[in-house]
Amino acid sequence: MSNTNKANEAYEKNEKNEITESKKAGGADIIKAENISFTYDGGGSEEKVEALKNISFSVKEGSFTAILGRNGSGKSTLAKLLCMVLTPDGGRLTVDGVDVTSDETTEEDIYEARKNVGMVFQNPDNQIVATIVEEDVAFGPENLGIEPAVIRRRVDEALDIVGMRKYARHSASRLSGGQKQRVAIAGTIAMRRRCIIFDESTAMLDPIGRREVMDSIVRLNRDEGITVIMITHYMDEASLADRVIVMDGGEIVMDGAPSEIFVRAEELWQCGLDVPQTTELLWRMRKAGLDVPLDAFGERECAEAIEKALEKAAKI
Amino acid sequence: MVRAEGRATPENKNGNENEYIAEFRDVTFVYNKGVTYETKAVDSVNLKIRRGLITGIIGATGSGKSTLIQMLNGLIKPDSGEVLIDSENILSKDVKLKKIRFKVGLVMQYPEYQLFDETVESDIAFGPRNMGLSEEEIKRRVESGARFAGLDFSLLKKSPFDLSGGQKRRAAIAGVMAMEPELLVLDEPAAGLDPAARREILGKIRDYRKERGTSVVMVSHSMEDMARYCDRIVVMNQGRVCMDDTPPKVFGSSEELFSAGLDVPGITKVAYELQKLGIDIGRDIYTVKYAADMLCEKYGLKASAENF
Repeated sequence: MSNTNKANEAYEKNEKNEITESKKAGGADIIKAENISFTYDGGGSEEKVEALKNISFSVKEGSFTAILGRNGSGKSTLAKLLCMVLTPDGGRLTVDGVDVTSDETTEEDIYEARKNVGMVFQNPDNQIVATIVEEDVAFGPENLGIEPAVIRRRVDEALDIVGMRKYARHSASRLSGGQKQRVAIAGTIAMRRRCIIFDESTAMLDPIGRREVMDSIVRLNRDEGITVIMITHYMDEASLADRVIVMDGGEIVMDGAPSEIFVRAEELWQCGLDVPQTTELLWRMRKAGLDVPLDAFGERECAEAIEKALEKAAKI
Repeated sequence: MVRAEGRATPENKNGNENEYIAEFRDVTFVYNKGVTYETKAVDSVNLKIRRGLITGIIGATGSGKSTLIQMLNGLIKPDSGEVLIDSENILSKDVKLKKIRFKVGLVMQYPEYQLFDETVESDIAFGPRNMGLSEEEIKRRVESGARFAGLDFSLLKKSPFDLSGGQKRRAAIAGVMAMEPELLVLDEPAAGLDPAARREILGKIRDYRKERGTSVVMVSHSMEDMARYCDRIVVMNQGRVCMDDTPPKVFGSSEELFSAGLDVPGITKVAYELQKLGIDIGRDIYTVKYAADMLCEKYGLKASAENF
């Protein structure tokens, strides 16, 4: 084994340890935003648009956060700030301990900080760069200058995580939308991103494709300890997260566990959002005088909650 | 009068022939003909589209639904079979496709990428102008199209490229609506929109159909939306039509849907779970309000009339 190979191996080991250790420690903040704001100046001629107004929040390493909000609520701008494509106009943004808004931070520091955060976009056809699946997944690590043998291992691992190993040598153009998105996710995993931001990554997929991608997202958070920030318009997807942030008019208007957020159905409707169909049914039954909880999101849990309440009301 | 000619009026709705606005007769379309990856995108499809209704087409990615609807205005021509609009084979030499395209308005997927003109106004006016309408009538059409799409009139003088994504989508839809098509065909009109915007655009399509009797064909991946807004549902699987029925019938056949790579709405699954627990409100539950109403009726509760 060559020296570089050894070095790479040690590097790999370190990375893995780092992730598990910080997870064990209960999760340090991988992202910390303090009063960040962002305004699009519209190139001078247009009116200015204040997309984000003094947002403060932090994201713990290993957590799964869903961000909801109507079109124009500022959620995509927030995503661009978090992956450092845009820089906040004001406030302080720290990614993995690096203050990307400080004047003392160098280009290199930001470059290093960027290595921690990956992004998966909406359109499956816009983010595949190679013709063969495994080459596409290897593209990122290759550009990081990683040893070929290590790349090989990372690509295989990443494809396993998203359940696409058997398509490794397939032509990427002939995959379904859901499969393409999973290849894109594998690409970010192979780059050892510790935090992945999904910007409506299931919006263009059919029901099966959506389920495949959601399964992969849940798995890489739960089993691999990767921090997930997911922007979505689908309430059933958001209910899988351990935290839901609701944005409206460039501000955070709600922040809590799905069970705390979705029970506030009226407020969500006012923000142009929806609740999962299960919650809406429970909400309607409650309006009809049945004593049901609102936070049974799963279909079975919802049915059981209704059965219990009917029993209690001596209807069955 | 161009307007009267281009619209389904109650007077010309006589006899069986007029029950259907469009028909596919044994239509087949093959992609990559003659090479290794030859695929039958549409395979011997026979399908009739009812006049004055909203027909939803659902199917997994690659099931052929987008290909099928692009044949409705001759954008894609089948390799074999016939496509009929108002009982007229649009592929026959005597039929002018241009005229068909005035009749059949097609809003493609992500139409915001199709804007091209200098101003939003001229972009919307493009169709009506090609129809040879008077300037006065064009102006009226531009305004009614913009109004339908919820596009603020102050944006009409702007360049389409200065609009936000949502505004561009509205401008593109306005352009098709300005032609006042007799058959409106939409491919994923609500994709990428937030829940309120989805409800707005789908609700407007439903109201428009109610007001004018326009026939609508729409494709979507959202089982919930299709269940809520469509009168008929056509299910496609691997290039073939495998179901063509009412929403309760289609969403009540979960096994067929699953084998077509689809899903049932979340609320339908709740109905299955309730049934397992001995609370039987049927398996043909496809909207939340309907499920709540059925439960209330069965157990003597007073249902809330509110709708969202």
